[in-house]
Amino acid sequence: MASENKAMRHARRRILHAAAASATLGLLPGIGYGQARPLLTRPIPSSGEPLPVVGLGSWITFNVGNDPVARDACANVMRAFVGAGGRMIDSSPMYGSSQDVIGHGLRKHALRVFSADKVWISSGERGREQIEQSRARWQVPRFDLLQVHNLLAWQPHLATLLAMKASGAIRYVGITTSEGRRHREFEQVMRSHPIDFVQVTYNPLDREVEERILPIARDHRIAVIVNRPFREGALLRALAREPLPPWAAEIGCTSWAQVVLKFIASHPAVTCAIPATTSVAHVVENMAAAHGPLPDETLRKRIVAAVDR
Amino acid sequence: MSEWWTYTLSDFLLFSPRTYYRLLELYNLAVWPLQVVGVVVGLAAIALSLGSRGRLVSLSLALSWLWVAWAFHARHYAQINWAAPWFAAAFAIQAAALLTLGTIAGRLHFRVERDARTWLAMGLAAIAVAGYPLVAPLAGHGWASAETFGLTPDPTALATVALVSQVRGNVRWLLLALPLAWCAIAAATLWAMESPTAVLPTLLGLAGALVASGRSRSDALRSAS
Repeated sequence: MASENKAMRHARRRILHAAAASATLGLLPGIGYGQARPLLTRPIPSSGEPLPVVGLGSWITFNVGNDPVARDACANVMRAFVGAGGRMIDSSPMYGSSQDVIGHGLRKHALRVFSADKVWISSGERGREQIEQSRARWQVPRFDLLQVHNLLAWQPHLATLLAMKASGAIRYVGITTSEGRRHREFEQVMRSHPIDFVQVTYNPLDREVEERILPIARDHRIAVIVNRPFREGALLRALAREPLPPWAAEIGCTSWAQVVLKFIASHPAVTCAIPATTSVAHVVENMAAAHGPLPDETLRKRIVAAVDR
Repeated sequence: MSEWWTYTLSDFLLFSPRTYYRLLELYNLAVWPLQVVGVVVGLAAIALSLGSRGRLVSLSLALSWLWVAWAFHARHYAQINWAAPWFAAAFAIQAAALLTLGTIAGRLHFRVERDARTWLAMGLAAIAVAGYPLVAPLAGHGWASAETFGLTPDPTALATVALVSQVRGNVRWLLLALPLAWCAIAAATLWAMESPTAVLPTLLGLAGALVASGRSRSDALRSAS
């Protein structure tokens, strides 16, 4: 009994410590699905606008072509995401039909989201034309955030995006990379250009960004979007064989997906993670990770040790 | 593409296997009952090649490549793969080459004599035409996503490789380049999807290339003697 009480006190202390360490976190009332706990948000450093720490990606999952059944299923995922308080949906002209499918979902369920897209074309001159095509596919009046995808032709595109932001055509500007590519060049752009967002790969196994990119983001007040949190599902497939450790309950996690998302969201430089899914159940499960306590440094180390076996 | 060595096959896969097989399903539904026509045309092409009717073989192959270019790549596959318009262009070029060199110029001369390579090539063509529709149901994807010669790219390319491998002269390699390239693309796509059926375009394409290569060597020896 005494040891049980000690364990509970220890868990509570750890949670309180994590809450204190996450002082930059904002809390919004939970919306939908009967979640009474507040939604964890992080402010976009350049504006202070709060964003829920879990967003929605669309790579592969929303590229379903003209299949009406699959398009409606994606629309239902979007509705569940927004219903659970989600805001940021991210896409790219590289993702096949994903932009059209997002447009379908927004129209079908009259959803309002934080629209994040990218410019991905080797010609700097044709950037605006591609952005307009993307906007028409999303069927939104303007994008909230536009990013230079994988630093492709980043000099001309960044100039275009910054000019669009200055004119009010978009609200935020960013750059992206994934799976650790071109990090040196990425860091240089972060240091030398007034960007609002970066998008990088980060999860308990891919932690290279902890070394320099995340500290630079904090120093330069740049928001961080995390892509491939589950390594396109491979990480969760590998973890599915492992039982969820008892300490997962300390941070309110009932699945490995939530443990991984909470690990990502607990880094103070991270603004939000954008897992992609075609399942309503999974999006609800992911959004549940945007509630409750986050792991402290000790628990973060335990998560890494548990995942990296 | 910078840091190209960090990319894997799966980095180029834009869609899930479920989406790919669903696309085949919807395509089959849209073109039914052309699947029957495809198999009949394919079997006729095999028989015509044995009868050395080069113009008719190239006409049937050209029409098949043209149909796949327009109906499959341009109108369906392009929905989920932005590279599909390029594939459509390549398939249209192959159709034009078959039509120009084979049907109009009459340069598709099939060997009259029969040997082991002939029957191996005909066996490969028969698998591509009559066996390929069985692959999807055997792999657990159901009849609805079956792939048929003349309608979908993989069996069309594989049957073309097998038949053209029996053509005499250098025109053979001119007409094999794009079909073999497609076999490589098809194999890479299926490997990226972790589909066991990836072995089919890999092994059948390789076998067709080896038969064609063996033909080239025997032709060279014959002309030297």
